[in-house]
Amino acid sequence: MTNERPSGHEQQKPLLEITNLKKYFPIEKGLLRRVVGYVRAVDDVSLSVYRGKTMGLVGESGSGKTTLAHCVLRAYDLTEGEIIFRPGDQEYRLNELEAKELRQVRPHMQMIFQDPYSSLDPRKTVYDIVSEPLRLNGATRDAALDQRVRDLLEAVGLDYRHMKRYPHAFSGGQRQRVGIARALALNPALIVCDEPVSALDVSVQAQILNLLSDLQAQLNLTYLFIAHNLRVIQHICDDVAVMYVGKLMERARTDDLFRNPRHPYTEALLSAIPIPDPDRPLPEQGLEGELPDPANPPPGCYFHPRCRYAQAICQVEAPPWLETEPQHFSRCHFARELPLQGSI
Amino acid sequence: MSDERKSSPSPTLARRKKDELTAEERFFAASQWELMWRKFRKHKLALASGVVLIFLYAIAVTFEFWAPYGPISEQGLINMRPTRIHFRNEEGKFVGPFVYGIEQVVDMETFKRVPVEDKDVTYPIRFFVHAEPYKLWGLFETDRHFFGAGEGKVLLVGTDELGRDLFSRILAGSRISLSVGVVGVAISLVLGSFFGGIAGYYGSWADLIISRAIEFIGSIPNLPLWMLLASIIPLDWPVVRVYFMTTIIISLLTWVGLARVVRSLLLQLRTMDYVKAAQLAGASDMRLIIDHLLPGMLSYLIVQVTIAIPNTILAETALSFLGLGMRPPAVSWGVLLRAAQNVQNIVLRPWMLAPAIVVIVTIFVFNFVGDGLRDAADPYK
Repeated sequence: MTNERPSGHEQQKPLLEITNLKKYFPIEKGLLRRVVGYVRAVDDVSLSVYRGKTMGLVGESGSGKTTLAHCVLRAYDLTEGEIIFRPGDQEYRLNELEAKELRQVRPHMQMIFQDPYSSLDPRKTVYDIVSEPLRLNGATRDAALDQRVRDLLEAVGLDYRHMKRYPHAFSGGQRQRVGIARALALNPALIVCDEPVSALDVSVQAQILNLLSDLQAQLNLTYLFIAHNLRVIQHICDDVAVMYVGKLMERARTDDLFRNPRHPYTEALLSAIPIPDPDRPLPEQGLEGELPDPANPPPGCYFHPRCRYAQAICQVEAPPWLETEPQHFSRCHFARELPLQGSI
Repeated sequence: MSDERKSSPSPTLARRKKDELTAEERFFAASQWELMWRKFRKHKLALASGVVLIFLYAIAVTFEFWAPYGPISEQGLINMRPTRIHFRNEEGKFVGPFVYGIEQVVDMETFKRVPVEDKDVTYPIRFFVHAEPYKLWGLFETDRHFFGAGEGKVLLVGTDELGRDLFSRILAGSRISLSVGVVGVAISLVLGSFFGGIAGYYGSWADLIISRAIEFIGSIPNLPLWMLLASIIPLDWPVVRVYFMTTIIISLLTWVGLARVVRSLLLQLRTMDYVKAAQLAGASDMRLIIDHLLPGMLSYLIVQVTIAIPNTILAETALSFLGLGMRPPAVSWGVLLRAAQNVQNIVLRPWMLAPAIVVIVTIFVFNFVGDGLRDAADPYK
């Protein structure tokens, strides 16, 4: 696999370095649970996330982006590969940590969830929810904790006087703010955002995205941002990685990817972005067909059955990870020559 | 908005607005139990049933006081129909509740005992009377009863073939029958939480083994197995030991239902994002269980328990009816219903079936309360 350590970005080492990560889920059958195959949810992914930056992960549902995030958080054990995490001065090899050590690393990485309803315990007050990570890490219920919870709530734009309320008193957007406050409580280095706005009203989405950007600027946060909405990605991400059936298809700076996509799958995704203009004709090249079964992917390039540029070689040979320009990688045989259309 | 306040026509309107605001705030700051209570309160039938239920259990705990006679003292009138209670004397004048003296005469044609009222002797029914002495909970010696007719006999639902007051016996039977439900379900709950908890929390092969075991136990026909187990209880055991043995036998089969509920609740709760969030913040298994999983299950478990109790009561009644559970001299509703095995009783002495009515009322009341609780258990939907 081509090394993709970027040159232009920063001299510093990345906060999160994923190398050749694989996560296969066994398919079991029958009474004895015999393993008859594997779902390759994440298949040989390498990715680096730098401090203070936002790395976007985009793909259709079932492409493995959430599985990848769960591997980073070690909610799953890896099948293969290495994850290096460098909060502060330490360096942790997440793939090697045992449960006990893992509990010490976890405060450095937190998560913002997709569903603002299942992410807050309905039986706890906002105060309890936001202070829980602190209390789990040694804080006691005292004035200092009260003050910290107030600060956190104010930082995410909530009225601290509402901290004795229960989640049922809040709207989806407000609940998501509570979830963000909880994720911030421990001053984490990395926050994994798993589709944090896809369950919200469009009018609220922008507010939450702006809040995330502001917080990033203030607190020098690093986001691993999962989304299927490219407009959201464009709004908030510095870099984007496009996933398809567990593999990375393309990786580039956000502007680059939108202006000059180097993979037919990315082009198809970009063309599918709805444009709120009734006079504009509908996009002509939508994506047809279904995502292949990750337990039984097609030979050659995984995307070839749906690709409008597919040639004979695409059905036989898996494409290499090509660097078409500095900082721009694509997994396509014709990454350099295809005339692909971007979007602004 | 400020204009509105300025032009507000009367101070009462402003105050009402403030009240509404605080009501809203109270709702926002209402815990799960407050919300459940608000929802349960709207279910009038469940609320009324809840009151009846509390009443039933209160009586079961203190039946000696409410019953006019002891459960095994013979009144000298055999297979008596319920006593008539009169309010007006021979002249038609209202004198309050009283009973006439009563005697049983054998009808020489049918050889039946026929009750004959002696209109010359009247016994007023009084409350808080001194009568048969008893020891409440084995502690307080007293002879107060809620009501009685002194030397006269007030037999509200008649007597059995030994002349014992059936009303007093039904009240006495409630202690065993109603408590079997609670004790039996408590045992089931311990077993069910333990096995269901392991299956739901640890999953994988533990879940596989326990789930199969649950399915196996669930597939055994209840009554035959109960009968088999109950027939092992030695006949010469004291009442208390038979009581606990019967309860344990019943819960040996009923715990599987609760285990299933605990397992599925845990499986569901474990996938909630807030549990994941706590894990990511460094919560140990113990903390997860105490802070999130148990509180999340509690209301559903209460519902399941309320639904399981009447089944256990029915099981005890059925076993005792068949002579395999409680047996005389113990008094339970099932024991009392054994009288209904005799066709003669059903035809000639229908009051012997009174315990069945009490059982039915109890089961209904439990089910209504369970219904109301089930609707209230998840106030967030």
